[in-house]
Amino acid sequence: MSDSASRPAIRVGLFVTCLVDLFRPSIGFAAVKLLEDAGCRVEVPDAQTCCGQPAYNSGDKADTKAIARQVMSAFTGFDYIVAPSGSCAGMLRTHYPELFADEPDFLPEVEQFAERCYELVSFLTDVLKVERVAARYNGVATYHDSCSGLRELGVRAQPRQLLRSVVGLSLKELPGADVCCGFGGTFCIKYPDISERMASDKIADAAATGADTLLAGDLGCLLNMAGKASRQGRPIRVRHVAEVLADMSGDVSPIGAPAERR
Amino acid sequence: MQATSHAFKENAHRALGDRNLQTALGIVKRNFAGQRTAAVARMPEFERLRDEGRDIKNHVLQHLDLYLEAFEQKVVGLGGKVYWAADAAEARDHVLAICRAAGAKTVTKGKSMIAEEIGINDHLEQHGIAPIETDLGEYIIQLRRETPSHIIAPAIHLIKGQVEETFREAHTQLDPARPLAEARQLCDEARALLRPKFLAADVGITGANFLVAETGSSIIVTNEGNGDLTQNLTRVHIVLTSIEKIVPTLEDVSTLLRLLARSATGQEFSTYTTVSSGPRRAGDTDGPEEYHVVLLDNGRSAMLGTEFQDILRCIRCGACFNHCPVYGSVGGHAYGWVYGGPMGSVLTPQLIGVKEAGNLPNASTFCGRCESVCPMRIPLPKMMRHWREREFERHLQPSVYRAGLKAWAFLARNPPLYRFVTEIGAAVLGWTGRSRGRFRALPLAQGWTNDRDMPAPEGKTFMALWAERQKRRA
Amino acid sequence: MADSRDRVLGNLRRALRRGTADDTAAVTVRERLAEHRPNTIPARATELSPDAQVDLFETMAEEVSATVARVASLRDVPGAVADYLAQHNLPAQLVLTPDPQLAAIPWDERPTIALREGIAGADDLVGMTGAFAGVAETGTLMLISGPDSPTRNNFLPDNHIVVLRAEQVVPTYEEGWNRLRALKTLTDGKFTMPRTVNFITGPSRTADIELKIELGAHGPRRLHILIVDDPPSD
Repeated sequence: MSDSASRPAIRVGLFVTCLVDLFRPSIGFAAVKLLEDAGCRVEVPDAQTCCGQPAYNSGDKADTKAIARQVMSAFTGFDYIVAPSGSCAGMLRTHYPELFADEPDFLPEVEQFAERCYELVSFLTDVLKVERVAARYNGVATYHDSCSGLRELGVRAQPRQLLRSVVGLSLKELPGADVCCGFGGTFCIKYPDISERMASDKIADAAATGADTLLAGDLGCLLNMAGKASRQGRPIRVRHVAEVLADMSGDVSPIGAPAERR
Repeated sequence: MQATSHAFKENAHRALGDRNLQTALGIVKRNFAGQRTAAVARMPEFERLRDEGRDIKNHVLQHLDLYLEAFEQKVVGLGGKVYWAADAAEARDHVLAICRAAGAKTVTKGKSMIAEEIGINDHLEQHGIAPIETDLGEYIIQLRRETPSHIIAPAIHLIKGQVEETFREAHTQLDPARPLAEARQLCDEARALLRPKFLAADVGITGANFLVAETGSSIIVTNEGNGDLTQNLTRVHIVLTSIEKIVPTLEDVSTLLRLLARSATGQEFSTYTTVSSGPRRAGDTDGPEEYHVVLLDNGRSAMLGTEFQDILRCIRCGACFNHCPVYGSVGGHAYGWVYGGPMGSVLTPQLIGVKEAGNLPNASTFCGRCESVCPMRIPLPKMMRHWREREFERHLQPSVYRAGLKAWAFLARNPPLYRFVTEIGAAVLGWTGRSRGRFRALPLAQGWTNDRDMPAPEGKTFMALWAERQKRRA
Repeated sequence: MADSRDRVLGNLRRALRRGTADDTAAVTVRERLAEHRPNTIPARATELSPDAQVDLFETMAEEVSATVARVASLRDVPGAVADYLAQHNLPAQLVLTPDPQLAAIPWDERPTIALREGIAGADDLVGMTGAFAGVAETGTLMLISGPDSPTRNNFLPDNHIVVLRAEQVVPTYEEGWNRLRALKTLTDGKFTMPRTVNFITGPSRTADIELKIELGAHGPRRLHILIVDDPPSD
């Protein structure tokens, strides 16, 4: 981190994601802090809304393309585009090029954009070479690998590596950490009872680890898991991994828990 | 079979409440995935084999007409016969005609998904010929008049108590005092009952995991040995298969065989891999006198050259079922037709129409676990998305859903308006939810809140807070 | 029927945008079929010495519940068979395939074992066959059908005893195919695939009920492999 201060600052555009924007701005500020601590200059383009996944996954290619064009134009000129979500980063990085595969003239531009897009934690470790964070968390945490981050972007070791540097935190592996929690974007609306079963299984697995905290890198999954845990009356604290890594877990209550201050 | 794929939601709902099924699915989840992982770990070349498997099949698909002709020529040269069936009805006709010519009264059957696809059992029964399933799982579900719920473990939706009930009901000669509570006992009962049927049958029908163009061979892969008894003890062997099963050489099939069992059950190799080439030869003292291969198309050729071509690489290992959390929650019958799981969600809309089967490619979280284990590297989620695109183009989705989506897309394309709406939403929900931190019920979100809480927003949007921060810093 | 053939092939050609007389594609296919090019071959067995390959074969076969006994020569086979039958309380009756390899076994040293040569029936409890090869990488037997080796003898008797010479062990399936092709070339100058090639890896099994493995589903409950170390005498 110290050498990065001497280099010209890396200009990062933060793709906040629609869920973080609406539900939990703290994750966005945690991302900003982590990026700034690592020597980046963070900007938040105003013309961003959503990455387009709801339309993309519903087969609405025209609207997806319109939204994708809007995103790409909002984020021109940045060295990197970073999202605190494997799902949205996966959309930007792997699905945008697929989406425009039928527009060969435009595709190179899309690819140039896509290769600059990263999921937050993997960006910190893989690009910025951050090896540890200055954070404290008192608890035993278990980590759920959100599907897109894991399988589209290869995010697996990175969050675990940084979490191991958090003072006071001990990490217990979650059996079946690679199995979907049942969120799935529009899936949880279209097939709520299947989604619920998957969430129940996930929460049961998390509870069986004995951990008091459940972490993940995607707010969609976190809302689903936190909602299921609180309905079942499980005391497990659910948080985005960035909140812990940015040492901001004291600033905001766990997801789905009553606000403690403010 | 009568498809119920349109009723996937109802099927799934029933399945989620079926305690026996849920117990059975728990067994699937606890076993298959871990066994595959262990087998793959023992084979350092596995990822390379997957690449090669994909390439072999891609090469075949690009030359499918030529390989089929080469295969046919070899089979005929060995004294066998090849029948082409453009659709299920033609395949049924071929099989029935062969059985009739053989004067068949009973037909033993090895496990074949093509037989399920064309509904051959019902057809034979309707024409006075008794089909007898010999794979243990298939035998059990035949007695129960069910369909397979998994392409490699057809009765996996049942627990052993249900199998015992079925046997006690069907095997009328069975001594009520005989214990049948354990899998061992059930297995012995089926073996004893089926052995004379193998010996008495006139025709044996098997599927084929692979066809080899080089040698005109059909290959079956089993663990029980039922397929071998089926094809060896009868006078007439019918191989019921489909056009995409073909591979060029014995070397190529060796590569695919290395992938198949490891992906399917985590075995290093299945117990019996049997390569059959034509009928009995001069001097042979056993083996079928007739060897017939029925090649089914049934919509497959129409997938070639389209965005769905890659599904034709499928080798029916079942790994995508075993790793799918949706299959793991609802089992195979919920899918409502022959093929369930992720591969079924891609193949079924092609075979019975996207109007009937449109639910299947939608019932996925796109978690990608299927693709990550597919030995043929089939991009299953991507193809499910292509089905959704077709549905969208044809306005097949529910109009409320479509309208909601369009309204959302309109907002998402207008950032200032989007900002305005989300700030109000965050404020209202944040204010009403702040004391508990979550909602137990929310209008328009009952699907979510029926079984889980909805965490409350913090109250302001990130974009609003960021603008405040920028103003403070300026 | 001819219609369907034309219809299916026509559909395929249309999808592939190719006429019937596409010579380059036909040549590609012809060459591919002729060259028998191996794909990646796992190093597991190929890196081993022949002796170590036999050991690997044994280990892998035992892993899937086959039993293996090593004997020095064919002379020791009757004794090993007698031991096996006694160990499992089996009657001293064997059905043998008319395989010349088995005919060379000096059975007269064990006159108590009743032998029948020929095709197995439903009541045969113990059968003995030869094998064409043993594939080390997975402990897999490779058996081929022929006048001397009826296929049903591999499946009907509840106990299958296989005599395999150590030099028949090959590292991989591909090497098995090579030996098979060579064998046929020697006999009639032209390779013809045997009617049946059986790859057998352990005794019959099923996991169709609650995924619990039970041996002896429809085929043999036991598979016993006698590996004869001695090369055959001429």
